[in-house]
Amino acid sequence: MEAAMDLMRRISPNQSEMALSALLSLLPHHSTDLLSQVDQPLQVCMDTELMKEFILCEYNRDADSYRSPWSNKYFPLLEDGPLPSEELRKLEIEANEVFTVYRDQYYEGGVSSVYIWENDDQGFVACFLIKKDGSKTAHGRRGHLQEGSWDAIHVIEVGPEEEGNARYCLTSTVMLSLTTEEKPSGTFNLSGSIRRQMSSDLSVAEGHLCNMGKMIEEMEGKLRNSLDQVYFGKTREMVCTLRPPPEGIQFRLPES
Amino acid sequence: MADGVDEPEEAAELGEKEKLEIAKWFLTNAPAGEIHYVAKDIRSILGDDKIYETAAAEAFPLYNKALLIVLELPDRSGDVIITTYGELDENNYFDPRTAQVATVDHVKQVCTNLRPASDEELPSPYIEEFRCALDAELCKYVGEAYPKGTCAVYCTRGKDVEGPGTDFEFAVVISAARHSPQNFCNGSWRSIWKLEFKDELQVVEIHGKLQVGAHYFEEGNVQLDANNECKDSTIMQSPEDCAVSITSMIHHHESEYMASLEASYLDLPDTTFKDLRRKLPVTRTLFPWHNTLQFSLTRDITKELGIGK
Repeated sequence: MEAAMDLMRRISPNQSEMALSALLSLLPHHSTDLLSQVDQPLQVCMDTELMKEFILCEYNRDADSYRSPWSNKYFPLLEDGPLPSEELRKLEIEANEVFTVYRDQYYEGGVSSVYIWENDDQGFVACFLIKKDGSKTAHGRRGHLQEGSWDAIHVIEVGPEEEGNARYCLTSTVMLSLTTEEKPSGTFNLSGSIRRQMSSDLSVAEGHLCNMGKMIEEMEGKLRNSLDQVYFGKTREMVCTLRPPPEGIQFRLPES
Repeated sequence: MADGVDEPEEAAELGEKEKLEIAKWFLTNAPAGEIHYVAKDIRSILGDDKIYETAAAEAFPLYNKALLIVLELPDRSGDVIITTYGELDENNYFDPRTAQVATVDHVKQVCTNLRPASDEELPSPYIEEFRCALDAELCKYVGEAYPKGTCAVYCTRGKDVEGPGTDFEFAVVISAARHSPQNFCNGSWRSIWKLEFKDELQVVEIHGKLQVGAHYFEEGNVQLDANNECKDSTIMQSPEDCAVSITSMIHHHESEYMASLEASYLDLPDTTFKDLRRKLPVTRTLFPWHNTLQFSLTRDITKELGIGK
């Protein structure tokens, strides 16, 4: 398993699907571990009842069907697929509505889905997903990207309420790939995947959704920032080490 | 499967052939400078040294040539670049500068033996004059532009041409790599320039392929993969003048390319990356999580009034 995880951080994120399926066939006995520890690009499906797209993940899957957060039905149709409790479903509906607005404001396009289900310890787990295709043929407003994908997965475990507080544990993953292709400069692709965790104890006075939302917004900002400044910056530094730009033409270094 | 856990059905154990193919795929797709780490991982995952060794024997030569790895000659007289242009057979590589042939252990990535090249392996004196002059100019340029660069000039066609009147071709290979595993960072710059010396037209056609890769993997995995092609031409002159003009063209195109890479990086934060996710919402203020009721409320109202969809 350790070797498998090391391979996943070496093989290009653009090839992670191929790498995972190869590992699954080499290590069939670790399939559950692999599927839970290796994040994969998100897939989208159509809720044919409301004609709205939703995102697929392990948390809304039953057999080969996936539950849509919009109609609360499984596609392909499944009669007895498990549903969240009435109370959690109410929160799920609200979370989906609000997260749609959040997603529009930050992403100017894309698809989002939120799934909520009971946890063993009387709390609950919520999974917030965003998938954005930023290529110029899809939702790229500025038309710079030949290819551009962003997948964000946020899983929050919310502990039981104690004296007006609850513990929130967030694990977030962002996977992205962007390619520009211009005549004089050729093909330029950056791809990456990072995962981070944070947790905090918060008063539930403002409601779970408010607390989860703020944590996700902060985390997404941090992840975006570290990809942009640190991770992309490091690859750029490497390129400059290989072939230093001529003196006198010093480019602006990203402020860190 | 309704319990949500996918017990792998005892599917027929993967055949040796499939395992071999998978192992080779991982090895050949290792980032610059990381094949040994990938090899260690895949070996322990396979748990079958025989398959691993077969895979390594097939994959390492492909990887070494694709990455244009540079190996020190056993007598420390120089380096040999592992490339198809210098390949005599799978394990023997010609170093045109020292006119020697190095025997290579691909998996260990070392030279094990060295012998002088035979007369048949060497170009004619006429060709060698062009090749040598270009190599000297190129070394100067590569030494200045790449802190850890290696270059070589191979004659790829017409090595036995004795004098003017016949076409011939060279390949220029430049390889620079930096491995810094302690900083979780590796990278490589590779350029291959094909030069066609056309006697009748008295021109040299130049065609370049540049490839740059970088990998940063501290608590994550981010990779740059960039490549470009370009074309140019110059008039055919004396070996020395050809060497100067070809080198200055290579210099020019590589500097341009470096500048365009810089420009791509500079475009990232404010333009390119913005098409994936903005730094701030379109409203330019953080999202009003404490007041989300407004979104559901306006929705309810639009629904009730029958506006919207």
